[in-house]
Amino acid sequence: MNFDFSDDQKQLRDQARKFLAEKCSPKAVRVVLDGKAPYDKDLWKGLAEMGFLGVAIPEEFGGAGAGHLELCVIAEEMGRANAPVPFSSTVYLAAEALLIAGSEAQKKKWLPAIASGEAIGTLALFEGKGNPSPKNVKLTAANGVLNGVKKPVPDGAIADFAVVAARTGSSGRDADISLFLVDLKAGGVEVKGLTNLDPTRGQAEITFRDCKAEPLGAAGEGWGILTEVLDRAAVLCAFEQVGGADRALEMGRDYALDRIAFGRPIGSFQAVKHMLADMYVSATLARSNSYYGAWALSTNAAELPEAAAAARISATQAFQHCAKNNIQVHGGMGFTWEFDCHMYYRRANAMALGLGSLSYWEDQLIDRMRKKNAA
Amino acid sequence: MNFDDTPQEAEFRATARAWISANAPKQYEDELRKSSLGRTQLKNANILEVAKAWQKKKADAGWACLHWPKEYGGRGASPIERVIWQQEEGPFGKLSHMFIIGHGMCGPTMMAFAREEHKRKYLPPLASGENVWCQLFSEPAGGSDVAGLRTRAEKDGDEWIINGQKIWTSGAHYSDYGILLTRTDPTVPKHKGLTMFFLDMKSPGVEVRPIKQASGASDFNEVYFTNVRIPDHQRLGEVGDGWNVSLTTLMNERMSIGAGVATGFPELFEYCSSLMLDDGPAIEDRAVRSKLANWAVKASGLRYTSMRAISALSKGERPGPENSIGKLVAGAMIQDVATYALDLQGAAGVVSGPEDAEVAGRFQAMLLRAPGTRVEGGTDEIMRNVIAERVLGLPGDIRVDKDVPFNKIPTKGR
Repeated sequence: MNFDFSDDQKQLRDQARKFLAEKCSPKAVRVVLDGKAPYDKDLWKGLAEMGFLGVAIPEEFGGAGAGHLELCVIAEEMGRANAPVPFSSTVYLAAEALLIAGSEAQKKKWLPAIASGEAIGTLALFEGKGNPSPKNVKLTAANGVLNGVKKPVPDGAIADFAVVAARTGSSGRDADISLFLVDLKAGGVEVKGLTNLDPTRGQAEITFRDCKAEPLGAAGEGWGILTEVLDRAAVLCAFEQVGGADRALEMGRDYALDRIAFGRPIGSFQAVKHMLADMYVSATLARSNSYYGAWALSTNAAELPEAAAAARISATQAFQHCAKNNIQVHGGMGFTWEFDCHMYYRRANAMALGLGSLSYWEDQLIDRMRKKNAA
Repeated sequence: MNFDDTPQEAEFRATARAWISANAPKQYEDELRKSSLGRTQLKNANILEVAKAWQKKKADAGWACLHWPKEYGGRGASPIERVIWQQEEGPFGKLSHMFIIGHGMCGPTMMAFAREEHKRKYLPPLASGENVWCQLFSEPAGGSDVAGLRTRAEKDGDEWIINGQKIWTSGAHYSDYGILLTRTDPTVPKHKGLTMFFLDMKSPGVEVRPIKQASGASDFNEVYFTNVRIPDHQRLGEVGDGWNVSLTTLMNERMSIGAGVATGFPELFEYCSSLMLDDGPAIEDRAVRSKLANWAVKASGLRYTSMRAISALSKGERPGPENSIGKLVAGAMIQDVATYALDLQGAAGVVSGPEDAEVAGRFQAMLLRAPGTRVEGGTDEIMRNVIAERVLGLPGDIRVDKDVPFNKIPTKGR
């Protein structure tokens, strides 16, 4: 048995870490945080050149054709660096939806553009408050046009295209939902940026008015496809969260070693040590759950739904826990704009909601465990 | 990434499985499967006798203490083969409980420090369960602060005379031998004046008194030593080097107790799956589901953390420090799980007798035993110190008694 990444995959992780350490310093992240740019275009271009954007996209569609395990190790580094680029929306959501349900022509059009960094994609699912559920999808699709409002849409203000969940029936069943592909630059679309918890990754409101759209996947199968997309994205986001949690723990540990109070490093006080030990515990549990998710994702195992939900919950908790206690270890300095702690706190709490809230995934996990036990 | 055995591992697994299937005491399988923390008894048999018989059978066929060298009663197996054996032994592994201290701590310490003739004499019957061993470290004045112990050993010719008291000694009441940490020099700082021995628990002057625990059961004892004589050749390590010798034992303790620790989650999930609350099935209640999900990811996180360690073993690498979280997470969790299971029962949760209580009182028994898991083998607080210092590299505590002669350290708080 080998419940670990291969040497090649670990080498890829080191390569990504080195690249991001150079190109994505906290200073670079702050350009986007301070609102001076909507995302880091140079970094995006560099990620494309490194082959990271298309690492899990097959070679015939312009990618590296490596696989999801390779994407997992890159995701971890993106989270560690708090990268201010539309990576998760484009690569985990839009690209995965295309890979699962896209026609040959759709894949040919968009996947090479994703891999080369020319196209930013996203998933437009939510319509205000609430978690993923067919009944929360009100936007309608009829006669090839969409009408309705989506918000929040991750990276919606900078996206070139979107996968949109739309209502095509009113039976009250999952079959009422279909997916559509929309070229956001083609008209019929109004985009408004939304101020959000984490300015390093934008959120938008998108209004569709008789907007032309082409179906993605078969009519009435939208919910099934979405569920699979969200499961895959849950595992990939979990790796970003694990990377972020590890970085927050490291920052806290380093500060505790350097900062002197009462004549000794604050890391020698048990109250501080125990807080950091608990951060290590949650980060370790999250990493192990995420590894299992990676295995299920990469082998397309029947265990994926359960593994994805467990990874999602565990990694969300760990990143939130480590990010908040990193600030606590830093004391007052941790609460300043100048220190980087709040960037991870913002990212942790934004990511905790992006694919649906923690309580939604708790519910999903129990459903899926019951299904497995019944089977 | 895969969960497949190598061909060699698969062959070992098949051999182990076949032998277990042909030899295990199957009549107890169901009862052992259903036993949980605080409730590991057999209805119609003495579990100690069943455990000893199973251990002897394993030893005779070469399946005891797999990772020990053959000449000391083991099999010379690789670490991954030991793990495969544990996986295959399944519920029968619960019968090894009474040997954990001897096999996990005393054996390795003897192997590292005893004379060759003693290893050959004492280790094989320890492996086979014919002799049970205990570990005599903790004292009333030294729990987490083990090095604060006061039991004296004084040299008298070729012998040492022991006087003092030990406490929390698991299984002393059925043990044949023990390893004993003593103070041989009270005039030097506390870590420097210790010396380790092993002794026959039937030596004149050894008195074992069971401790009635908060749970009502008696797993631990007080052990009194009155002019007990131990020959010098039963000394383990140099005079004054007992602290270093004991570190070998304690590292093994944390490794062995941390492996596959019980969380109570499978029991709770099973219980909630069939439990009816006032307004419907518990498993459909949002609050119950949220609790279950949070514990589910802790339990799975621990399971996959140990898989990562096993994976490292399989590749012939040393596992990382991740496994140090096991006891800390599981110990606190099983207490919370038991508390919540009783909460779900409402007023009826107070009934604990197996005949009248919900699911034979398993959660009540778990609740009463759980506080011990957060203390034994290193308290939660000590475990957090270990993680903070050894894994994260934070400074050790400032020890005010480090350079003070032992007999000058204050003994009263106020």
